[in-house]
Amino acid sequence: MCGIIGLYSKTPELESKLGQLACDMLRQMTDRGPDSAGFAIYRDQVEDNQVKVTLRLLDDQADIEPIRSRFADKFGESARVEQNANHAVAVLAADKQSVADWIKSELPECVITSIGSAIEIYKEKGLPGDVIDQFGFEAMAATHALGHTRMATESAVTTEHSHPFSTGLDLCLVHNGSLSNHNQLREKLRKDGVEFQTDNDSEVAAGYLTWQLGRGATLKQALEAALEDLDGFYTFAIGTKKGFAVLRDPIACKPAVIAETDDWVAMSSEYRAIAQLPGSEAAKIWEPEPATIYSWGDD
Amino acid sequence: MNTFDLANESVRQLNQTLHSNQCKDAEIAVINPGGKHSIAVGAMVNCQVNIDGHVGYYCAGMNQQADIVINGNAGPGLAENMMSGTVRVKGNASQYCAATAHGGLLVVEGDAAARCGISMKGIDIVVQGSIGHMSAFMAQTGRLVVFGDAGDALGDSIYEARIYLQGQPKSLGSDCIEKPMNDEHKQELGELLARANSTGVDISNFRRYGSARELYNFKVDNLSAY
Repeated sequence: MCGIIGLYSKTPELESKLGQLACDMLRQMTDRGPDSAGFAIYRDQVEDNQVKVTLRLLDDQADIEPIRSRFADKFGESARVEQNANHAVAVLAADKQSVADWIKSELPECVITSIGSAIEIYKEKGLPGDVIDQFGFEAMAATHALGHTRMATESAVTTEHSHPFSTGLDLCLVHNGSLSNHNQLREKLRKDGVEFQTDNDSEVAAGYLTWQLGRGATLKQALEAALEDLDGFYTFAIGTKKGFAVLRDPIACKPAVIAETDDWVAMSSEYRAIAQLPGSEAAKIWEPEPATIYSWGDD
Repeated sequence: MNTFDLANESVRQLNQTLHSNQCKDAEIAVINPGGKHSIAVGAMVNCQVNIDGHVGYYCAGMNQQADIVINGNAGPGLAENMMSGTVRVKGNASQYCAATAHGGLLVVEGDAAARCGISMKGIDIVVQGSIGHMSAFMAQTGRLVVFGDAGDALGDSIYEARIYLQGQPKSLGSDCIEKPMNDEHKQELGELLARANSTGVDISNFRRYGSARELYNFKVDNLSAY
């Protein structure tokens, strides 16, 4: 079992409180996933010539300064690297692919959790409330955010196994459910060059979307193909640069609720997360249909 | 009237009250349910419970005798294994409402999601909207009335429950067939609608579905499969 939340602001006024509200929602999902938690936050979009990369430092005690100076050496003095607990966000004036390639080859002490122009992904083992405090999510203003609380059923409890998973530029995936054909699919995708860090089933779903998008599919096309190729149970929430999307498998055992007001769109595994939001009692509330793609924003 | 404010009082306090004779014939208001789980579960005496707001999983499960009204939506597992009494949801109900329920009446004024009435064992269900896929799966006895449409595989592997559907089933499940609407069925449907306080519905628009009884017994023709 896992818990998912997503919150999308329809008004600029809500953006300053979005971190706080998303945290209120995620705390409600602690019972569904006390093992680990993660957030994808969309905020502070960088300039067109810049790229934003979120890194996780493999050594929790690692000193950021040497990493910061190597970024400056490589990408110039304009490179900004800000540490947040054992994660760091780097903003650089460079080409996205070359940044990713350089980090992979030259910074083995870090892994990339997200890359794009607005997205930041943070994740960690532990109770959702503790993870929220560790990264200070409540104080973050954002346009939209996805969150996940994990109760592991298919693989180990580690930070690597935690959600959200990056699926491409400004894209990420959170999953409630379990996939049954992930081993077979992982091998197929590996042969096509998709890299995996773990034996986690949800990472395969993320890798699958990355692979489809890399072949030129739109997000909608990729999700339609996922309905054919992914076997198992899932409610997915997919974060995009401008919004998010929701998809349930055709059997739809895994819960999902969507609610909308003039100020926000929210999704969650359960209504009790949405109940934390202002105006939730009067919101339009519905349960997404099986095998149907719902999306907000322009992606 | 007793009022339970679930913003300050626990669900357990509410439920323990409903398990005791002290609320016999009482009217109980529940406010600020906030989508919490297991609200008004296991009520064992005749009383009226009004819940003002949306509830989470397993509301009104195992209900005996109580009349429970939810002025909102209900999460998964509403009225699961209900024995008697009535449960009425003013909004929508999530998946597997009235699963395995033995008796009483469930009225959903909105839609019910997938697996409505799965393995029902004697309850009567009236859904004034539509129902999702795999509803009345292995339904054993009781009646399911639906004003709207039904999703895929309605009544799959159904036993002796009866389904009255006004709209269209997206597909019928294995061993579920349409059956003639005789006078006794029209009378039965009329009685169910009256119990559910559903007016303005034309009984002649409904069709009846039930078991073809082809899955009940071993067929000697299938011997070669073993």
